[in-house]
Amino acid sequence: MATTTKTLPARPNKTYHDDLAIVREELDKCMKCGNCMAVCPVYGADRVETAVTRSKIAVAEAVLDGELELDDPQVYEMLFNCLVCKSCMTNCPTKVNFDRIMLALRAALVRKNGLPWLKKMLFSTLKHPRLFDAGLRIGAALQPLAFRGEKGGKAISPRSPFGQVGSAIGFDADRQLPGLTVTPLRDRVPEVVKVAAAKMKVAFFTGDSLNYFYPEAGMDLIEVLTANDIEVHIPKAQSCCGVPVLVHGDVDTVRALARNNLDTFDQTGCEYLITGCGSCGGAWQHDYIELMAADPVYGPKAEYWAKRTYDISTFLTKVISLRPPLGRVDRVVTYHDSCHLKKTMKVFAEPREILKSIPGITFKEMSAPDACCGSGGSYVLSHYETSSIIGRKKAEDIKRTAADTVSVGCPACMMQLLDNVHRAGGQQEVVHYISLLAESYRKERSVEPITR
Amino acid sequence: MLEKTIIEKLEAVAGKENVLTGKVDLVAYSYDATADLPRQAPDVVVLPTSAEMVQAIVNLARSNKIAIYPRGAGTNLSGGTVPLKKGIVLSFQKMDKILDVDAANLTAVVQPGVVIAALNAAVAPHGLIYPPDPGTVATATMGGSAAENSGGLRGLKYGVTKNYIMGMEVVLANGEKVRFGGKTVKNVTAYDFSNLFVGSEGTLGIITELTAKLIPAPKYRRTLMGVFKTLADAGNAVAGIIKAQVIPATLEVMDRMTIQTVEDFAHIGLPTDAAALLLIEVDGMSEDVVSAEAEAVMQVVADNHGDLKAANTDQERDQLWTARRNALPALASLNNTVVLEDATVPRSRITDMLIACEAIGKKYNLTLGTFGHAGDGNLHPTILCDKHNKEELSRVHQAVDEIFQVALSFGGTLSGEHGIGVAKMKYLGDELGQSGLNLMRSIKESLDPEYVLNPGKMVPLREV
Repeated sequence: MATTTKTLPARPNKTYHDDLAIVREELDKCMKCGNCMAVCPVYGADRVETAVTRSKIAVAEAVLDGELELDDPQVYEMLFNCLVCKSCMTNCPTKVNFDRIMLALRAALVRKNGLPWLKKMLFSTLKHPRLFDAGLRIGAALQPLAFRGEKGGKAISPRSPFGQVGSAIGFDADRQLPGLTVTPLRDRVPEVVKVAAAKMKVAFFTGDSLNYFYPEAGMDLIEVLTANDIEVHIPKAQSCCGVPVLVHGDVDTVRALARNNLDTFDQTGCEYLITGCGSCGGAWQHDYIELMAADPVYGPKAEYWAKRTYDISTFLTKVISLRPPLGRVDRVVTYHDSCHLKKTMKVFAEPREILKSIPGITFKEMSAPDACCGSGGSYVLSHYETSSIIGRKKAEDIKRTAADTVSVGCPACMMQLLDNVHRAGGQQEVVHYISLLAESYRKERSVEPITR
Repeated sequence: MLEKTIIEKLEAVAGKENVLTGKVDLVAYSYDATADLPRQAPDVVVLPTSAEMVQAIVNLARSNKIAIYPRGAGTNLSGGTVPLKKGIVLSFQKMDKILDVDAANLTAVVQPGVVIAALNAAVAPHGLIYPPDPGTVATATMGGSAAENSGGLRGLKYGVTKNYIMGMEVVLANGEKVRFGGKTVKNVTAYDFSNLFVGSEGTLGIITELTAKLIPAPKYRRTLMGVFKTLADAGNAVAGIIKAQVIPATLEVMDRMTIQTVEDFAHIGLPTDAAALLLIEVDGMSEDVVSAEAEAVMQVVADNHGDLKAANTDQERDQLWTARRNALPALASLNNTVVLEDATVPRSRITDMLIACEAIGKKYNLTLGTFGHAGDGNLHPTILCDKHNKEELSRVHQAVDEIFQVALSFGGTLSGEHGIGVAKMKYLGDELGQSGLNLMRSIKESLDPEYVLNPGKMVPLREV
């Protein structure tokens, strides 16, 4: 049939974030085969059926069928005993999108009961003294999101659960948190870092963890880009990617953050958006599209940027051809695959390719490099015991490689590994892989001979 | 609902942390991996940590007439672990220790909750393997797979679970604990109890420890694929390989429907006009022997007009396996419910069985693909249907009835590896006759007269 007008695909009027019934289709796909048990880190640690994906799906079915109440304490306790690491999805024969099920359930719970229950739940787990340190660190990572109105940034919804949690346990002073005494990344650099003969300009989405906890890694990322003659835009109006609140079902806040970020990066006029964190990159590549699917203005914006978002390693190896590093870095390095980097962004070969190209580095693969480290953002805070069992296993795998450095592509994993490597008595330095490339570039500038 | 005092007694026996009664806990133990079966939540889930604990629980259950449903990982495919009569689900997920690996005697002693893959990881440094490899090796437990007598892809050459269980410790329905068998290769002391309890599906006793046989890991292997234009060619190739005195470790078949679905699903370049595909893997300790066997297989494939692919690297092997690995996922992607059968026929009737399955699918207007272990005659006719469509489900049930009839008419059996459970109980008389059913019942009742252990499975409950 001939037609002169092209019709755009119809937008749904709501997404699974707004209506739990939409995930019924995903639930129906599950055969209860139990393949998820082989890879679920929480099941590996807890060894009970309620820990594993298929049982959460069975419970979701019971909720939709009216046999269980969503806000039954046991139901939400179970829902939050999940790292949203997506490991189960890599081993699922029927390709159930379990992340959607989990996010839809958590959003439905917030719709039903509001957010204060979350505060209660997180607190009940904070009673354990050992949790306090972890709690501070994770809380601090989330703190800017809840408290600090950034210059030029859109206001963050006061409904953010972390505002309530954070203020109640006294996250009011930066000085209590060593990680925050340093100047954040975005205060260290101008909004545009220019180079002499720019061959391209890209926008860098820093994310909160690189901005507040690992600004040096962020600086290294910028340095690597400029060393490749690329102009870097780091808009100060950018906010948190929103994944930390999305996983707690706070859909309104994550949408507000997404809209702000989409508008902010539209204004850069850049062709590519670079991330150095799998969760942030995953938000730009997938979550924003799904969150904004029903939004006629921001839906198309989300799709536009999803196609232009790259992890720094993919950008360096696939979009451009990075300048080969020549400075010698004498280290034995292993690499941990962050869940959101590998399982969401499908990035795993590129960081290894970069590491192996650095002179002096001996690369040693650990066993099960893509097994989750147990961080899961705030999971380490709310489920410290289980998280530690998972993290300890990872630390042992790292130790067995006899590497002196463990490299990672996601700041949340860096925090978790730091804690667990040291608790397991390991001596490995935990670094972002991009810092090793920056180190090589720096050594070459300091006129160190390549070969001795 | 159980009385509160029973729960308290269970907590006293097993520890509060190992007794689960929350609504969510009960939902989590209300199913296994079998499609098209109603769920049933138990009254309580108990996770024992020792055989003595199991004895105490059995005694408590028997004196209070409470059913016990033993459970490993719950990946079984015939409803064997669903707690039909509520009562106690006895989950062995916490009894997961490998007690002994004895390389000199080629044995391992394990608790029932040890995952098969974990045992293989533990014996690998000794250059040994535990060969039974059901599709769920990465999740299924030793206790569960022994109770179900699981098979797998290597059955033709290496046998199934029953060939690798040398001894056991079992808690009986009367609360007694009995040990038999052990590390000796030869043992004719008393009845062959291992072969009684292997495959008993938890209806005769509760396995609390296993002694497993290990073998040296084969050092060499070759992987080949043959694609055939007709089912007859494929069937003749299977017969030809055996006739050439080659026993492959793996000899898998996929029918036309499965090939087309896998190609649509994974785009791996399979010819969609092919009628059948064989995946063949030969292995052994000597390179010469393995090469000679591979040559012989290639000749047979060529003689039967097959299009041959041979893997020379691990990567190429992986590519050949992609088709077989994707068979179930690809078929499953077609609808929300996967009815996976395991009717098994003598190897010589494989072609007839493939043709019959295709015809049955057409007759009942169902989406049906068949793949499986051609080498040992164990096929998986797989029906994809919509669980919300009652009319279609009734056609599925008729088709399944007919698949079993045909398998039996070919001199085959109801189940090659999934077991009877509840799903196939009604067909049992068709294969065994009344005298066989009577034998089943007398064995069941001599060991478990009160039907405490996994009631409603394998042997129907007596009408009250």
